[in-house]
Amino acid sequence: MRARLTTAVTAALVLLLAGCSGDSEGSDDGRITLRFQSLAWQKESVDANKELVKEWNASHPDVKVEYVQGSWDSVHDQLLTSFEGGEAPDIIHDASDDLADFAYGGYLADLGELLPDRLKSDIPKRSWQTTTFGDGVYGVPFLQEPRVLIANAKWLKESGVRIPTPEKPWSWDEFRSVTKELSDGKGKYGVAWPLKEPVSATLNLSLSTGGRMFHRGEDGKVDIRFDKADEIMPRTVHDQVNTDKSASSTTLGMGGSDTLPGFFGGKYAMVPLGFSYRQQIVQQAPKGFDWQVLPAPAGAEGLAQGVSPQTLSVSEDTEHKKEAVEFIDFLLQPENMVRLAQGDWMLPTGTEALKDPALRTEKNDWAVGTALAKDLRSAPAQSVRGYAEWKDKVATPALQEYYSGAIDLDELRHRLVEDGNLVLARYQR
Amino acid sequence: MSTTRTSKPARAGQYLALLGYLVFLAFPFLWLISTAFKPPRELASLHPTWIPKDPTLANFRQAFDEQPLLRAAGNSLIAAVCAALIAVAIATPMAYVMARHRTFLARAATGWVVVSQAFPFVLVIIPLFLVLKNLGQINSLPGLIMVYVVWALPFALWMLVGYVRAVPTELEEAAAVDGAGKLRTLVSITAPLLAPGIVATILFAFITAWNEFFFALVLLKTPEKQTLPVVLTHFIGAEGAADLGPLAAAAFLATLPSLVIFAIIQKRITGGMLTGAVKS
Repeated sequence: MRARLTTAVTAALVLLLAGCSGDSEGSDDGRITLRFQSLAWQKESVDANKELVKEWNASHPDVKVEYVQGSWDSVHDQLLTSFEGGEAPDIIHDASDDLADFAYGGYLADLGELLPDRLKSDIPKRSWQTTTFGDGVYGVPFLQEPRVLIANAKWLKESGVRIPTPEKPWSWDEFRSVTKELSDGKGKYGVAWPLKEPVSATLNLSLSTGGRMFHRGEDGKVDIRFDKADEIMPRTVHDQVNTDKSASSTTLGMGGSDTLPGFFGGKYAMVPLGFSYRQQIVQQAPKGFDWQVLPAPAGAEGLAQGVSPQTLSVSEDTEHKKEAVEFIDFLLQPENMVRLAQGDWMLPTGTEALKDPALRTEKNDWAVGTALAKDLRSAPAQSVRGYAEWKDKVATPALQEYYSGAIDLDELRHRLVEDGNLVLARYQR
Repeated sequence: MSTTRTSKPARAGQYLALLGYLVFLAFPFLWLISTAFKPPRELASLHPTWIPKDPTLANFRQAFDEQPLLRAAGNSLIAAVCAALIAVAIATPMAYVMARHRTFLARAATGWVVVSQAFPFVLVIIPLFLVLKNLGQINSLPGLIMVYVVWALPFALWMLVGYVRAVPTELEEAAAVDGAGKLRTLVSITAPLLAPGIVATILFAFITAWNEFFFALVLLKTPEKQTLPVVLTHFIGAEGAADLGPLAAAAFLATLPSLVIFAIIQKRITGGMLTGAVKS
């Protein structure tokens, strides 16, 4: 009834508003127009994207690219509606962990045969895995960021603890003992874990200890296990908060930005944050505040950690897939990838771009980040169907309770595995 | 007729509660203003202050530099004003009929109004998108206005039915006895008494459309058409990271039209109500 009424009212209003309309797209001169929806949001990043679009348009008179501003906050719903309505942008900027539904839903073009060899070989296989679903490749991963420890350099130097490097990182045990040493038990903490979204941090950092949690069998079905290797990272955090009191319990419910005032104010010696947070630190840190980037702790698998890179995809509905891929290839030429990486304060996936001296400078510790690039892997479970529900309904509350000390490790294991496998089973019948 | 006298302590308590309520309501807005004028280093201070120590207009400059705020505000204004006027123009005669003729159809329509408020946006957006696409109204302000009208109509109707019912039927009957026709009665007797209600309903529909985000996000594709709430999200990045200073500056500017319109219209609403009270 509502739909019919809606139709009737909208039809009536069309007549009322006929005089106001006049919006039409398309060109009569035979030029192709591609819409590129970008999620760049920081000024430098938006500028870099717009400049590259301008350069493309100047050198490709027959294929015009139109820059459309999207937003990270609402991209999934907006894209889903656009796909359903057949009005999706031709070139789509998103993150790899958001692509699975769209790829399996048939909304994104398989780029496997369309991508030029240059791009295929420039981006490592481990990065391609983040956008490969089934037999198809549904996006080009181009920017990524490791989670690093951002530290109060003065505090660390004065304490006399060993300063880790990508070549000689801290082990998880050493990290725990360092944070104990840095804490004074009177409101100053060695570390502040911003774990408002605890699942991706836990899964991604657990790759360093060999934790996988999601195991795919020969039949293609996935089951969840919580082995010894999976325990190390969460147990370290739990013990820092609840046993050693070397990590602040109040930051467990915070996002990354929320911890910065305390960090600048000298409450925490270190904060685990994404590499791109350096920009906020440069902008917001008090004058003279001495900070540095340290690698996250390492385990049996070294510095390995999971990431969900930013991606560029092509809509399945576009009639100009070839041209769309040509634009992506242009955008991701090594020198352009460097510009995009600098704009977002992130790391490029391309091996050629990573060699650029601009990304290997000591300034703002770019060099520490690029040294970690080879250890970045596909975030666990991002292609597992049912992961989103497991994350929201099972893992997030369970990890929050465990980190705050409300439940023990056995209860955490029970919830993640028993409850989690019930969720996954519904998606794998 | 009896009047209740309030004791001094009780009155003081009432004022105190009112003050507390005002502070509670004003807090987010005052904090927004404070944030809009703070430089980045003060935004990340462990001991934030109400009054910026080193106030700056840089956030406003950056907000205007980075996003087309004026154009977006213009789009929002067109969409909100058109939607409010059209919705109330359609709703007013409907409300009169529903209030004065209590038939089965009127009761069913009232039921629909209540039920329609229960639909979440996400349920209707895809069918709506397809309808608008067929009408060629995707990425057009008229298309968005249509949606806003449809969305505001039930509640506008609901509000206006209440206002119509508050106008005594005896006044219309008296006008009829004095020889006024139906149209004359509506124009000269009912409409002036309804004016405050109509203004309040326009205001409600305007604010609903001015603040609306989701439909605008989904329906408007090109930057030239986007409305202010959509453009404000461009200051927010992945995982909730935000460019707080420019975001606060832009959000502060976005609240101003509503405040100005409220300030202007409030007198009319109050004046109109008093006029109605005297006549009844």
